[in-house]
Amino acid sequence: MQELTYALSDGIAVAKRNVLKITRVPDLLVSVLISPIMFVLLFGYVFGSSIDIPGGSYREFLIGGTFALTLTFGATFTGAGLADDMQKGIIDRFRSLPMSRSAVVVGRTASDMIYNALSLGIMALTGLLVGWRIHTDVVSAAAGFGLLLLFAYAISWIMAYVGLTVSSVEVVNNASFMVIFPLTFVANTFVPAENLPGPLRIFAEWNPVSAVTQAARELFGNIPPGTPEQTVWPLQNPVLYTLLWVAIIIAVFAPLATRRYTRRR
Amino acid sequence: MTTPLHPPDRSPVPGTGIQARGLVKQYGEVTALDGLDLDVPEGTVLGLLGPNGAGKTTAVSILTTLTEPDAGTATIAGADLRSDPTSVRKRIGLSGQYAAVDEQLTGHENLEMIGRLYRLGGKTAKRRARELLERFHLEDAADRAVKTYSGGMRRRLDLAGALVAEPPVLFLDEPTTGLDPRSRTDLWDVIRELVDRGRTLLLTTQYMEEADQLADDIVVIDHGREIARGTADELKTLVGGERIEISLDPNASVEDATMILGRFAVDTPHVEGRSLTVPVSGGAATLTQALRALDTAGVHLRDVGLRRPTLDDVFLSLTGQTAGAAQESDRSDDHELLEVA
Repeated sequence: MQELTYALSDGIAVAKRNVLKITRVPDLLVSVLISPIMFVLLFGYVFGSSIDIPGGSYREFLIGGTFALTLTFGATFTGAGLADDMQKGIIDRFRSLPMSRSAVVVGRTASDMIYNALSLGIMALTGLLVGWRIHTDVVSAAAGFGLLLLFAYAISWIMAYVGLTVSSVEVVNNASFMVIFPLTFVANTFVPAENLPGPLRIFAEWNPVSAVTQAARELFGNIPPGTPEQTVWPLQNPVLYTLLWVAIIIAVFAPLATRRYTRRR
Repeated sequence: MTTPLHPPDRSPVPGTGIQARGLVKQYGEVTALDGLDLDVPEGTVLGLLGPNGAGKTTAVSILTTLTEPDAGTATIAGADLRSDPTSVRKRIGLSGQYAAVDEQLTGHENLEMIGRLYRLGGKTAKRRARELLERFHLEDAADRAVKTYSGGMRRRLDLAGALVAEPPVLFLDEPTTGLDPRSRTDLWDVIRELVDRGRTLLLTTQYMEEADQLADDIVVIDHGREIARGTADELKTLVGGERIEISLDPNASVEDATMILGRFAVDTPHVEGRSLTVPVSGGAATLTQALRALDTAGVHLRDVGLRRPTLDDVFLSLTGQTAGAAQESDRSDDHELLEVA
């Protein structure tokens, strides 16, 4: 119990430092907050203007996918931050302190949650400006935002593991690009999964990014009328399927990342 | 340069020594440490001296729980390194070769964070941060981002970071490498003050003068192995003791001078033209007597001096290269080692 309290208070100290760092580098802050706006505007206008959905708005359909895509990409921030700390030697300082062994990663993923929330808030505002609307109630909307953030939090733990393993910011960025790009595009983010050919379709249907996108669309009421019923279980139960993935990812990667941090080379 | 907050207290904290036996660390093909024993009695300073790539940093990272040794045991301030690393961490402070402070944060924020991570509590952490900034003459820069600090200021802040929880055992890994002479002597003053407070200190350095100035005992290592140990004086004696060097006035008799100085010599005097080198013992007292005898006999001198070997001479004779040369040739190896690590 005391260990948990320590892990929490140490994690807060580390998270506080990370947040301070974000505010100290305003150009970094601006760039991480501008890219979500860019994503919403680009996808909304480039794709959203050229594709028509009878009886619905493709731009509204796109927003859920854009949220999921941007937040998944945003997790790279976690890996890059930890890799930077490794390079600068401050991780060695932390490791020589009698602090909780999980605090550095707990603190990092927690502070990145704040960044993700900021990024999601800005995307939502931009979305509202370009015509996106929530057609359900407050509770569903809150659940939608919460689920998106939770999913981003889980992906952060994967990237934390990557960041502590490769220990160079550039490698983190390149490696995550290679994984996150297919993960977010071979999904229902921009087109319905059933439109994809063969194996891609199966991948997209079981892809957790598809599930979180589908869940967000349902919770915000952005499913165009006349959309055929989903035929696969993950997309029929997107909230449950997303939560399942979140649980599995954290259960696997939290111990892995902590072990990586603790590992005495 | 430092003003002690409390009167110096030289009494060592009991049970805070360091004992290491048979430390071995292999990185692939490279043997970083090859069976190193270290003993630092409580309240003393051990200088671990060697060129880059000799294994100094590896030794420090093992003893500070950052690296697991392949073989060997160590006890730090009574805590066993292998079975109880958490207790070790509670009793040590580490200041590394590259200042491990956060560039974007201010000096105060850096120290406060470390204080919180030592679980001093917010209020105490803030107070300690202020105290340390004052003691290390950084109070004017306290609220500036560290990226605006000079190299010497960063090192001082890093050292302050190691002292936040007043640990009884300190590890300083090349604390002055890369600093200008002025910052170096400033930092030496700070380190001396720490030692005056009875702390146990393991200091690595590639500067002979630094070990000479700060360390009670010196262990010279090369290729992960100890090649000599002793006090600075003992090491200097190892490569030859002190000698009187005399240059005679043109009118003085070489024979007379040789005969008189022969009485003080501990070994055969060496004569070259009008210059004499006479191995002696007894330092300045012997020199005074010898000069008096020469003066009484009317032997006039042009120049005289008592020469002792420097640690550079020691290093040269032990490793067959100067520390500087070793540093140049081993630099690339050291980088590879870090990559592997």
